[in-house]
Amino acid sequence: MIDARGLSLVFQTADGPVHALADVDLAIERHAFVSLIGPSGCGKTTLLRVIADLEQPTAGSITVEGVTPEAARLARAYGYVFQAPALYPWRTVAKNVALPLEIMGLPRAERMERVKRNLALVNLEGFERKYPWQLSGGMQQRASIARALTFDPDLLLMDEPFGALDEIVRDHLNLQLHGLWHRTKKTVVFVTHSILEAVFLSTKIVVMSPRPGRIHDVIACDLPRERTLELRETPEFLAIAQRVRDGLKAGHAYVD
Amino acid sequence: MTLPPPLAGLALPAAVVGTIGAVAAPGFGVVLAGLALLASALWAATRRGYWVEGFGALVAAALLLRALPAVADDAGIGFWGCVLAAWLLAWHATTTLSAWQPRAAWLGRLQAVLVPLLFGLWLLVLWELIVRGAGVPSILLPAPSAIGARIAGSLPILWADFQQTYLRAVLTGYAIGCSVGFVAALLIDRSPFLTRGLLPVGNMVSALPIIGTAPIMVMWFGFDWHSKAAVVVVMTFFPMMVNTLAGLKAASRIDHDLMQTYAASYGQTLWKMRLPLAMPFVFNALKINSTLALIGAIVAEFFGSPTVGMGFRISTEIGRMNIDMVWAQITMAAVVGSASYGLIALIERGTTFWHPSYRR
Amino acid sequence: MIGWLTRTFLPVLTVLAAIVVIWYAAAIWMNQPFQRDTYVRQGVDWTLPQLVRDTWNQDRPVLPTPHQIWGELERTVFNMAPTSRRSLVYHAQITLSSTLLGFAMGTVLGILIAVGIVHVKSLDQSLMPWIIASQTVPILAIAPMIIVVLGAIGLSGLVPKAIISSYLAFFPVAVGMVKGLRSPEVLHLDLLRTYSASPWQVFWRLRWPSALPFLFPAMRVAIAIALVGAIVAELPTGAVAGLGARLLSGFYFGQTLQIWAALIVAAVLAGLLVSIVGLANRLVLWRMGMSR
Repeated sequence: MIDARGLSLVFQTADGPVHALADVDLAIERHAFVSLIGPSGCGKTTLLRVIADLEQPTAGSITVEGVTPEAARLARAYGYVFQAPALYPWRTVAKNVALPLEIMGLPRAERMERVKRNLALVNLEGFERKYPWQLSGGMQQRASIARALTFDPDLLLMDEPFGALDEIVRDHLNLQLHGLWHRTKKTVVFVTHSILEAVFLSTKIVVMSPRPGRIHDVIACDLPRERTLELRETPEFLAIAQRVRDGLKAGHAYVD
Repeated sequence: MTLPPPLAGLALPAAVVGTIGAVAAPGFGVVLAGLALLASALWAATRRGYWVEGFGALVAAALLLRALPAVADDAGIGFWGCVLAAWLLAWHATTTLSAWQPRAAWLGRLQAVLVPLLFGLWLLVLWELIVRGAGVPSILLPAPSAIGARIAGSLPILWADFQQTYLRAVLTGYAIGCSVGFVAALLIDRSPFLTRGLLPVGNMVSALPIIGTAPIMVMWFGFDWHSKAAVVVVMTFFPMMVNTLAGLKAASRIDHDLMQTYAASYGQTLWKMRLPLAMPFVFNALKINSTLALIGAIVAEFFGSPTVGMGFRISTEIGRMNIDMVWAQITMAAVVGSASYGLIALIERGTTFWHPSYRR
Repeated sequence: MIGWLTRTFLPVLTVLAAIVVIWYAAAIWMNQPFQRDTYVRQGVDWTLPQLVRDTWNQDRPVLPTPHQIWGELERTVFNMAPTSRRSLVYHAQITLSSTLLGFAMGTVLGILIAVGIVHVKSLDQSLMPWIIASQTVPILAIAPMIIVVLGAIGLSGLVPKAIISSYLAFFPVAVGMVKGLRSPEVLHLDLLRTYSASPWQVFWRLRWPSALPFLFPAMRVAIAIALVGAIVAELPTGAVAGLGARLLSGFYFGQTLQIWAALIVAAVLAGLLVSIVGLANRLVLWRMGMSR
């Protein structure tokens, strides 16, 4: 699905070059749920943006679905969920979700049908005619996930989608996202700060370290595919969480 | 914070002075007004019923207005005592009314309309009473009733001036200036280099006394409305361009990224995201320009025009000392100005209902 | 520094250069009918370079060129005693003094009204809608009347013009200050409540400092519009003195150069005044530690 080799990205800033990514090798297979975890500045968001062709690498190669990220973007191969919902305040929830479909030029009847289906997928039935600002933060983020899903991409790129939400809402959305992934068999690349979230959702956890941003460790997360919140209390879960924490520590994530 | 009761207390002696003064110098209406005031001031001072004092003040004002012809130009102490008492009572009533916190939403809205309305009404009443009671020469300040009579008596002239200045010069210039400014901003926005160069220059020009180009425009485009429309075009162009450019920059990084993930074209990005985001800025310019356009057209007419038009009328009638006609024109300008502004604000509310300043 | 040169200076320079080029081209186009008439009347054969040179140097051009305006400015600004009635410095100083007086009066009035509106609820409800509504009224239209009416009761010269300027300047200041004095967050107001601060203390320690960032932008608008007010106020006084009077007399006598020179001086004046307010803004915010 995604294959990156020797990927590097250097930003030229006023204070000199910044190595956002250094020599990153990563392979993500189909139907996987891969979390990128690490402290601020480790390049996890940058890596996601490179996959999405929002950033261009300065060295190395990367393919998405066997083609370049740009070709994948032009083919509308992925849905992207940002840190903020980025819903347009002048469009209703339904119209926001329909936005990518309008841009791709789908007929109106099909747009309505898909919007309905995808809003149901994120449990937002009955909110079609509301405006985003009339919704809670968690509901807004769900609507933005529905928007990323409407055109049915095989790949879902998520950049800390639940970062700004409180823990209770976050647990709830984690469960929903897990169910969604399980049902739809999408490939998900998920950037997060939270160890619990990463372990709970992923099939594979990529631990990254900063300055320069690189991959420190890749941890397989072979918990059962069917997951509930109670799983987080089991010894297997805690063992994996401990490995992630050790990896972050060894990658100097806890050093100032 | 509300004003203290002494306000109502002060009204009491004023009402007493007014009543006694009115009895001393003949003036039946003023006596009645004084009695009404006395009663409501007493009521207000003892029981704090502001409905009563507000109503009493209004009744007294009506009586005083009726009594005006009798006391004209030579009002005695009774008249002025009554005016003072009525004003104090009205002030206190308004203060109490504005301090009132109704539970029902519609009552709150009614209050928001009623308070400024009563305030404006009282200003007009006071203006009438003082100007006519003290016999202020109409060259200095005509009474509202005189202005009203002048408006009613010269509707054909006002209509002709309105046509010439507003329907021809202002609307044409406004439409051209705003649309050219908008399109120019769209074009300039495509080149970051031009944007960086034109934005400081445009901001600078917006602060300049552009109205000074009026004589040049009159020389170039002649005395008729075309030259006024040209002034309006120049005045409205820059605010529209600068505001639209700023509005087109209102989209955040995330908004742009989202459009990029859809591989949206320039036109799609513009139409679906950037223009809606720019709308509050565009409407801001439309509102600023609606006032500027009227000012520009009127002042440009000071530099010569055919014998019709609001600016022409103002400058010639001043020369003839027909100040009431000038006030009639100013009243019309005020009505037209605020109506245009209100209309644009209404359209804005409908279009940018989603903006934080309008959300409910 | 290099970044500023390429990011701002170069584009602005390019735009200005383009304006000058267009200006000269337009001067040829707009002045050539008259010039060709002249050639015909004098029976002269003309060549294109000659036409260009002549259209750029007419006595009363439809559109004077920048170098002609500069020549006029040199004559009336630099090479003439500032006390002379034909010196633009003399006229500019007259306009400037009524602008500054009006601006000062308008700013003080605007601040006082804003303080009243923020602290007295009945004023807020009764006066504020009228202040906002009156911004939509073409106030400048009253300018000539105020001049004449005040002239009728014996007030003339500086004061009536300053009154018009102050009348125009007070609106933006009042509206901006109301916004500014209301800008402190509830949290900050609550903090002062826990100290049981007096209204006086709340005003000077919280409301006033938080209103300053609103005051200066309002003052920038106010001083620009005060200058416009002063210029327009000079129109009906029979073209005695001031930049507005220069515009009017230039118009009456077809002296386009004089109009353009007065316009340029007015523009420079506006630019200077606005920059001074902007500078004061940065100075005050810097002293308060609010600048970035």
